[in-house]
Amino acid sequence: MNKIIKYVIIDILRNKIMLAYTVFLLLISVSIFNLEDNSAKGLLSLLNIILIIIPLVSILFSAIYIYNSAEFLELLVSQPLTRKRIWLSVFAGLAISLMISFLIGAGLPILIYEPTAIGVMMTISGVFLSVIFAAIALLAAVNTRDKAKGIGIAILLWLYFSLLFDGLVLFVLFQFADYPLEKIMIGFTALNPIDLSRILILLKMDLSAMMGYTGAVFKSVFGTNIGTIISLLVLSLWMFIPAWLSLRKFNRKDL
Amino acid sequence: MKKNILLILSLSWGTLLPAKTIRVGKNLTITSVQYAINIAFEGDTIRVTSGRYLEKNILIDKKLFLIGENYPILDGEGKYEIISIKASGVLVEGFKIINSGESSIEDFAGIKIYQSRDVVIRNNILENTFFGIYTQYGTNCTIEKNTLTAHNLKEEQSGNGIHCWKSDSMRIIANTVSGHRDGIYFEFVTNSVIWRNTSFKNLRYGLHFMFSDNDAYITNIFQNNGAGVAVMFSKRVKMFHNYFEENWGDAAYGLLLKEIADSYIENNRFTKNTMGIYMEGASRLLMQKNVFESNGWALKIQASCMDVQLTHNNFIGNTFDVATNGSLVLNNFDNNYWDQYDGYDLNKDHVGDIPYRPISMYSMIIEQNPSAMFLFRSFMTSLMDKTEKVIPTLTPENLKDNFPLMKALPL
Repeated sequence: MNKIIKYVIIDILRNKIMLAYTVFLLLISVSIFNLEDNSAKGLLSLLNIILIIIPLVSILFSAIYIYNSAEFLELLVSQPLTRKRIWLSVFAGLAISLMISFLIGAGLPILIYEPTAIGVMMTISGVFLSVIFAAIALLAAVNTRDKAKGIGIAILLWLYFSLLFDGLVLFVLFQFADYPLEKIMIGFTALNPIDLSRILILLKMDLSAMMGYTGAVFKSVFGTNIGTIISLLVLSLWMFIPAWLSLRKFNRKDL
Repeated sequence: MKKNILLILSLSWGTLLPAKTIRVGKNLTITSVQYAINIAFEGDTIRVTSGRYLEKNILIDKKLFLIGENYPILDGEGKYEIISIKASGVLVEGFKIINSGESSIEDFAGIKIYQSRDVVIRNNILENTFFGIYTQYGTNCTIEKNTLTAHNLKEEQSGNGIHCWKSDSMRIIANTVSGHRDGIYFEFVTNSVIWRNTSFKNLRYGLHFMFSDNDAYITNIFQNNGAGVAVMFSKRVKMFHNYFEENWGDAAYGLLLKEIADSYIENNRFTKNTMGIYMEGASRLLMQKNVFESNGWALKIQASCMDVQLTHNNFIGNTFDVATNGSLVLNNFDNNYWDQYDGYDLNKDHVGDIPYRPISMYSMIIEQNPSAMFLFRSFMTSLMDKTEKVIPTLTPENLKDNFPLMKALPL
């Protein structure tokens, strides 16, 4: 298993795109911290990068990688290896390399320039989002044989999690404006890893505004240690469930 | 001529002569403060040496100077009002006053002034009192350098620190109040000044103003109070150089203004409040040279306000600069510095060339639907804000700073 992970990682690292992604992240985060005299503003720009670009790159890169390594997968399957092993190794390889890229490109500058609770939470969220969207990409790729369609689905999923879901929430909020929805909103956050990580970061960042009524409800749930642990558990579920579903599919798939 | 002067001197000597000093102490002949008051004449001084005195209620009904040495303790045993002042010109200084009675019918206080003038309460320490220093129908009294601490946890079981009711020309100077319901409470108080006080961790408001006209509060610090500072139903109030800090919670404001007219808010600092200023029904206010820093909402100005002139203020690092609840805007927002302004200054006159709209679409949405906080800083809402900036639909057309400053004012 370790051998396959190693091969996948080396293969990905040899790929120039991963290197470009790392350099791009590094450039952006360092320049943000250096250009903004107001560190709060810099963090806000970084927040958007973590919540938008990282999921996008993770999901696209992973989906494309799976399609491109279809022959490699076929070769591996012909070897005396269980499919579970192969698939998990590919997933682990992808996740680890995305994680490394993020940590070098964004995590490191964040922790150097902003070694506070905000920075730590941003780094943790970025790592989670990298892995979660790799898992979602795996699920999308394993379910469609056609490459174009699969990548299209991956893009749609990204669009859904970063934009459409919030639009739906807004729609629901206005349709049911007469009802107290604060508690339900907490349930809604569990349905979208991007929203969940955003709120986790914001609770550390915009404390004053988050002390308003709805913010206070969020704070009372996510602000406690138990709440943080539960949210991290939910994020882990977002990692494992798509990965597990894709594994199930891959086990039965006719390659 | 010389004779006359001598005569005057001897006459005044004659009136001063009976004024004597009575010493009270555990080891002295007089051991009771109340007894000393009873035997004293107008204008006498009573010096109380250190010790713990259980005197039930001490009633001062003539002009006396009551001075404590090394903070003698007057203990109300949780049952009594400790000092009641019913005469003008009384001085109470240097006591430690603890454990007043608590009641939901009577307003027990550590020191209560009843319908008197020129009373001075100075340098006392009040601990665990229901009301701290209470004035009703007081005129020209000074409450100075007292420290008031209470430990009640519930609003209804707690009184106000410095409470003035129907008083005039009061001076509240350099007191420290914490743990009470309202730190300083003014109702029907006119021509008074509140200066250099610190009011923190009170259960409700740090300072509560009701129906009090022509007052000023200057250089006070209001920190971490349950709901900040409230100024309501008053006219001609001056608020200068105060600090409003860390008032957190849904109903917490740095400064709550309700039905205020003809007032001045200048050189104050609002830092880390959920809402810096919340105003409703305010009219003819001049707000200038204030600093709003790191607040959730710097300013919530309801559509019921008019003729509010907001000029030369700094808005720095607030989550939302301005929020409102309607489309009617009768106020002026020109010439402020907004750190979120992203316009340009081509002619280099330090004034931005395009107007700044301090109100974002998302803050309007939150105003209508607080649960939308869920979408705070999401991609969705920033997209909406951007489109709204180009074509305003939901946000009030007229709420804008036509001359936003490019650089922060040195405040």
